[in-house]
Amino acid sequence: MSRASITKSHEKIQELAWEPTFVSPVEKFATDYTFEKAQKKDPLKQILRSYFPMEEEKDNRVFGAMDGAIRGNMFRQVQQRWMEWQKLFLSIIPFPEISAARAMPLVINAVPNPEVHNGLAIQMIDEVRHSTIQMNLKRLYMNHYIDPAGFDNTLKAFQNNYAGTIGRQFGEGFITGDAITAANVYLTIVAETAFTNVLFVAMPAEAAANGDYLLPTVFHSVQSDESRHISNGYSIILMALSDERNRQLLERDLRYAWWNNHAVVDAAIGTFIEYGTKDRRKDRDSYAEMWRRWIYDDYYRSYLVPLEKYGLVIPHDLVEEAWNRIWNKGYVHEVAQFFATGWAANYWRIDPMDDADFEWFEHKYPGWYNKYGKWWEAYSAMSKRNGHKPIMFEGEAANYEYPHRCWTCMVPCLIREDTVVDEVDGQVRTYCSETCHWTDAVAFRPEYEGRPTPSMGRLTGKREWESLYHGWDYADVIRDLGYLRDDGKTLIPQPHLNLDPKEMWTIDSVEGITMQSPNVLLNAMSPAEREAHIAKYKRGGPAGRPAPAEAAA
Amino acid sequence: MSTTTEQARSVPKPVFTDAEAGALEFPSSTSRHYNYFTPAKRRATLYEDVTVDVQPDPERHLSQGWLYGFADGVGGYPHEWTTLKSSNWHEFLDPNEEWEQTIYRNNANVVRQVQQTVANAKAAGSFLTENRSWLSVLEKHVSAWAHVEHGIGMYVYTACQRDAPTNMINNALAVAAAHKLRFAQDLILYNLEVSEQVPDFDGSAHRAVWQSDPLWQPTRENVEQLTGTRDWAEAFFATAIVFEPLVGELFRSHFVMQVAARHGDYVTPTVIGVGEADAGRDRAGARRLFSLLANDPEYGAANRAVMTNWLAAWVPRSVAAGRGLQPIWSQLSEKVLTFDESMRRAKTTFTDLLSEFGLTYDKEL
Repeated sequence: MSRASITKSHEKIQELAWEPTFVSPVEKFATDYTFEKAQKKDPLKQILRSYFPMEEEKDNRVFGAMDGAIRGNMFRQVQQRWMEWQKLFLSIIPFPEISAARAMPLVINAVPNPEVHNGLAIQMIDEVRHSTIQMNLKRLYMNHYIDPAGFDNTLKAFQNNYAGTIGRQFGEGFITGDAITAANVYLTIVAETAFTNVLFVAMPAEAAANGDYLLPTVFHSVQSDESRHISNGYSIILMALSDERNRQLLERDLRYAWWNNHAVVDAAIGTFIEYGTKDRRKDRDSYAEMWRRWIYDDYYRSYLVPLEKYGLVIPHDLVEEAWNRIWNKGYVHEVAQFFATGWAANYWRIDPMDDADFEWFEHKYPGWYNKYGKWWEAYSAMSKRNGHKPIMFEGEAANYEYPHRCWTCMVPCLIREDTVVDEVDGQVRTYCSETCHWTDAVAFRPEYEGRPTPSMGRLTGKREWESLYHGWDYADVIRDLGYLRDDGKTLIPQPHLNLDPKEMWTIDSVEGITMQSPNVLLNAMSPAEREAHIAKYKRGGPAGRPAPAEAAA
Repeated sequence: MSTTTEQARSVPKPVFTDAEAGALEFPSSTSRHYNYFTPAKRRATLYEDVTVDVQPDPERHLSQGWLYGFADGVGGYPHEWTTLKSSNWHEFLDPNEEWEQTIYRNNANVVRQVQQTVANAKAAGSFLTENRSWLSVLEKHVSAWAHVEHGIGMYVYTACQRDAPTNMINNALAVAAAHKLRFAQDLILYNLEVSEQVPDFDGSAHRAVWQSDPLWQPTRENVEQLTGTRDWAEAFFATAIVFEPLVGELFRSHFVMQVAARHGDYVTPTVIGVGEADAGRDRAGARRLFSLLANDPEYGAANRAVMTNWLAAWVPRSVAAGRGLQPIWSQLSEKVLTFDESMRRAKTTFTDLLSEFGLTYDKEL
C-alpha cells in the first residue's frame, strides 16, 4: 500500500470513534495522571488490513525456520549449557508477554484519545502472538532437545520457583496498580524501549553462537513488533508531559521502573549471556559491553536524555549506579553465583565454569578470578556426588553466606555493602539497594511527597520464597515443588551436564537438611542481634564470602 | 597503490554436541509433554500447550501469590470481577483453539478475500450499476454499523480481556476484539472505496446517522451501555448472547446479507459475511463459556439466576435497538424478508442459545 493510501486509510478509520452521549466507557483502572490537556497523535498509522498479512508473512518465516531446524538436526549442535538456561527464560517470558496484552485496556482507559487506542489494540494482538509463539518454541525444545525435564513442567515450575518469581514481577508490574505507572512507564517506556534490546536482540545473538538459531528466529520476529509498541509509549509520555501535574509522578515512576527493570532483567539476561555460553572468543562482546551499547547509548543517551527538553526529570544517578553495579560491583557475577549456589531448587542444570571460561572472564572483567574463581572451582568439585551436600549447604567449604532477599526486586542482596534494612508494615525487611527500599517504603504508597496518590499500587504476596519452606526438610521442599524426574528420585536440577544416571543427584542427597528463611530468622532476632548480624553481613562479599571473624569482632 | 589489511573475521565455531532427543537414555529422557495440566482429551492439543497456565492462578501452581496489588491490595485476576462463580474456571477451552498462527492465517485470509472482491468490483465498475436506493442504505446504515463493531471491539472485548480468571478466556476475548476491530475497519475502508468510485456517495454520512439519526440511537445507547459495564462476564454475555443475535445478526444476516445482491451489490455480502463468520466463531466461545457456568455443578443455579437478571436488564435494550432499525427495511423497493421475519430468525438464534444454558426469557421479545 502506498504511503498516501496509508495516510488516507488511517484518516478514514478515525471516523470510527465517536463521543458517547448515553454512557461513557467504565473506568476500570485508576490513575493519578491527568490527560485533560493531551494532544492527539498516533505516529504509526496502523491499519489492520495491512497488519494481519504482514504478521502472517513473518509467521511463515518463523515456522519455515522451525521446520528447517528439525530437518537439519539443529540439536546436534546446540550447547547444553545454553539450552538449560532456556528452561528458566522460556518459562518466564510468555507471562510478561501476555501481561502486556492485558495491560492495553489500562492505557486505553486512562488516555482519552481514540487515535492512540487503535495502536494500543494492535499491540494487544501482538502480545498474544508473542506469548503463544514463545510457548510453541519451548514445546519444540521439549520435543527435540536431549533433556526435556524442566521444559515438561515449565509453567508449574515458573509459578513455584524463587527465580520464576523474580521474573514474574516483570509481567505483573505491567497490569496492576496505577494504570499509567504500570502500562506506560514500566511496560513501554522502560521495559520495551530499553530492555527488550538485551532480551530480544543481544540474547538471541548469543543463542546463535551456541548453535541455536531458533531463538533468534522467534525473538527477532517478536522484536520487530516492539518498535511499534515503543512508538505507542512515546506518544503517550509526550501527552503526559503536556500537563505539569504529571511531572512529579513521571519522575517517581521512571526511578522505580528503571531500577526494577535493571535489577530483574540484568540479573537474568546477564547471567544467561555470560554464564550460559560456550562462546569464549575474546572479541565477542561481554554483557557489560552489550549493556553499554544497547542500554546506555541507544536507550539512555539517545531516547531518555532527549526527553529532558520536554521537562522530564531523568534518573541520571540511577542509570550511572546501574552501570556501576554491573561494571564495578559484579552484579551479574553475583547473581549467576547465587543461581548456581541454589542449583538444587532450580528446574534446569548448571554447567560448572572451566579454565576457558575463567580466562574469558578475566579478560573481560579484570580481577574476576580473585573474586569468583575459587568459588567456581569449589562448585565444580562439589558438582560430583561424593557424599557431601549441595554446595548451598556446604557454606563453610564453599566460603559462601546464603544471602538475604530484597523485598522489592526479590533478587537477593548480593552487593552486601549496599544492603538496607528497615521495618516496613510491621516487618523487618531487607533491600538490595536504597532505591528498592524507597520503592517499597515511599513510592508504592497512597501518598507521595505530600501529594495523595490513591491509585498507586502495593507490593503484595509472599515475597521471600524461603519463608514458604522455613523449617522444612529440603527433600520435602523438592517433592513439594515437583522437581523430580520420572523415576521419582532423580532431581531435575543438576550441578553439571552429565546425563549418566549414575552421576545424577537424587532426592536422598538432600534428605535431612533443614531449610531456613533468612527473613524469618532476622525477624526473630533481638534488635541488638539484628544490628550485629546486618553489620557483619554488609562487611561480607564479594562472591558471598562471609566477613572475616576479626572484622566482625 | 594503497594496501588494506584484512582483519580476520571472528565467528563462533560450530561444535558437534549430539544434544538431540534420543541421544541418551536417562530419567525423564522421554518426558516430552507438558505435564502440569490435564488435557481435555487423551493428548494435549497445540492450543492447550501454548495457552493453559500462562496466566498464573494462586489456586493452581502459584505459590507466592500475586506480587503487585491495586490500591486496595487486590492483585492479579480477582474472581470478584464478575458475579458469576465457577468451581473450575480452567475448564473453559476456546472451541476455536485460537493461537497466534490461527489468528493471522484467518484474518489475513479475510483481508485477502475482501480486498480481492473490492478490487474486482472496482475493475468491473460494478459500484456504478448498483441500485441508488441501496447505495443510500450502504452510505448511511451499513456504514453506520462500523461504529457498532468498533465500539464493541475496542471498549468491550479489549477491555474485558484484562479481567477474566484464565488465559483461555482472556485470549478468546482478545481474538474476538481483533475480529471486531478488523471488521469495523473493513467496513469503513470499504465505504472509502465506494465513495471514491460513486459520485454523490457521501462517505461521511454515517457519522451523523450514527450520532443523531433516531433509527440508530437505541443501538448506540445499547453499545455505549455495553462499554459502561464493569462486570466482564456480564459485558460478554450481554454482547455475545443478547446483542449479537437480537441486533447484530438481525441487521447483518437477516437484512444486509439478504438484500444487497438483489440490488446489484455482490461486494457488501462478502464484507459483511466474513464479519458474520467471525461473530459466529466468537459466539461459539461465548456459548461454551456460559454453558459451563450455567451448568456448573456447584454454582450453576446461582449463575443461572444472575444470568436471568442480566437478561431482564439487557434484552429490552437490544430488542429496542433492533426494533429501532425497522424503518431501514422499508427503504428498499426489493424486499426479501419482512422485518418481522428477520426478527423471528434473530429471536430463534437467541432462544436456542438460552435453551443451551437452561434459561428462558418469559417476556415478549
